[in-house]
Amino acid sequence: MKLPIYLDNNSTTPCDPRVVDVMLPYFTEKFGNSASRNHTFGWEAEEGVEHARKQIAHIIGADAKEIIFTSGATESNNLALQGIVAMYREKGDHIITTATEHRAVIDTAKYLEKKGVSVTFLPVDKEGRVSAEDVRNAITDKTILISVMMANNEIGTINPIAEIGKVAKEKGIIFHCDATQGVGKIPVNVQEMGIDLMSFSAHKIYGPKGIGALYVRRKAPRVRLEPMIYGGGHERGMRSGTLPVALIVGFGKAAELCEQEMVTESVRMAKMRDRLQEGIMGAMDEVYLNGHPTERLPGNLNISFAYVEGEALLMGVKEIALSSGSACTSATLEPSYVLRALGVGSDLAHSSIRFGLGRFNTDEEIEYTIDRMLKAVTHLREMSPLYEMAKEGIDLKSVQWAAH
Amino acid sequence: MAYSEKVIDHYNNPRNVGSFKKEDDDVGTGIVGAPECGDVMKLQIKVENDTIVDAKFKTFGCGSAIASSSLATEWLKGKSVGEAQKIKNTDIVEELNLPPVKIHCSVLAEDAIKAALGDYQKKAEEKKPKVEEVAASS
Repeated sequence: MKLPIYLDNNSTTPCDPRVVDVMLPYFTEKFGNSASRNHTFGWEAEEGVEHARKQIAHIIGADAKEIIFTSGATESNNLALQGIVAMYREKGDHIITTATEHRAVIDTAKYLEKKGVSVTFLPVDKEGRVSAEDVRNAITDKTILISVMMANNEIGTINPIAEIGKVAKEKGIIFHCDATQGVGKIPVNVQEMGIDLMSFSAHKIYGPKGIGALYVRRKAPRVRLEPMIYGGGHERGMRSGTLPVALIVGFGKAAELCEQEMVTESVRMAKMRDRLQEGIMGAMDEVYLNGHPTERLPGNLNISFAYVEGEALLMGVKEIALSSGSACTSATLEPSYVLRALGVGSDLAHSSIRFGLGRFNTDEEIEYTIDRMLKAVTHLREMSPLYEMAKEGIDLKSVQWAAH
Repeated sequence: MAYSEKVIDHYNNPRNVGSFKKEDDDVGTGIVGAPECGDVMKLQIKVENDTIVDAKFKTFGCGSAIASSSLATEWLKGKSVGEAQKIKNTDIVEELNLPPVKIHCSVLAEDAIKAALGDYQKKAEEKKPKVEEVAASS
């Protein structure tokens, strides 16, 4: 077992070596521009792209013509929201989304608010799920887009996407789903789920960083959007720019591997995650699971360790790569807005750790992690004035803190 | 942003973790911060003849907060109450190489020191009149 251990696969994943293998020829041998129509370099590159397009469409139940390549899910989310608003502005100017979306959706929605679009940020329940009923009730005659994520990146909770898709279809509203954490991990089918636009990216599924896709439905209904990037009309006019062929080929292979290995991999992942959960929560008091206990991604675990702060905990297990919802670990010094949306108190938000298991983790790494976490939490609780007060029977909520 | 060596050292080998009895006359206790902010420091000093003979801390906070309060207890030991007032957060920042985003941890440590000193001095003030009363009545 090698150190450091990587348990932050919700943040990014290593490339699968098989993905790197198929990419390499496209850097120095098949390096042509896929838009070059007149020579073999271009034709070879185009073949690589179109093959990847098919592999990617296949894993989501779409047609290859419905896949637009972008620089990543962030760009796809931007394109979906901005592109729809620009195209359908005359029909209406209201968007429905949720409070726990990724910043790529929330920040874009906030930008659109400044441009006069009204946005409803639906609340989630205490396990992080948005309800299809709430979506239905939020629809007005000005609504032109619903955007709900498939699975949350912090707490792993999976939303009832198919139910929401039904509501969207019934009301004739375009439904966008940010499926970045779902594709390749759980079964996704845009037909069955009633999805009209979908964002996802390669680097979450053992592919390279810098490449993502936006699924854009062509039938029933035909979704149109205004591009954000002009210059040559690539990707059916929706996203101009020379395609990064090597990255796309890698993305295609990553998607194919996920499709082939999803069933066995998700079973193995869930087993390791359940062992990690039981090993940690079974051995300590006052540890709380954040997110839904069963409707969650197989590899994700998010736990709050009361009386202990997240960044200090990460420092205590620095040979294991994890992440935290603590303010100290965020660029803005604010605790996780996702945990706050669940109703988790700020103190527990500061005490949360996200474990993201992946394809390359082993049982041995899980056992090591359990052991190190137990030791680190114990060490920090010994140093914690809050743990001391709690053990003395003091109700921390009743204390007058001298905050500055 | 890798953690600084000194901060890691204070995390792995914290100096003076623990508690004194808050009620003791020779103990000054300062508790600053709030759980919602992710930072709570409890700093205690034991004073004999105006000299801080021992200090203890407990902190809920990140590595830099733990290191700042641990360092504070190291510096407090052996100082007079007057000298201890002079400890500045900037000294802590320099000693631990704290990056700008962690400066507030050192500020909280300075607040904790002042709160502990203030608590001790308040107790010392309250002790005095009782002695005079006893002398007057005898």
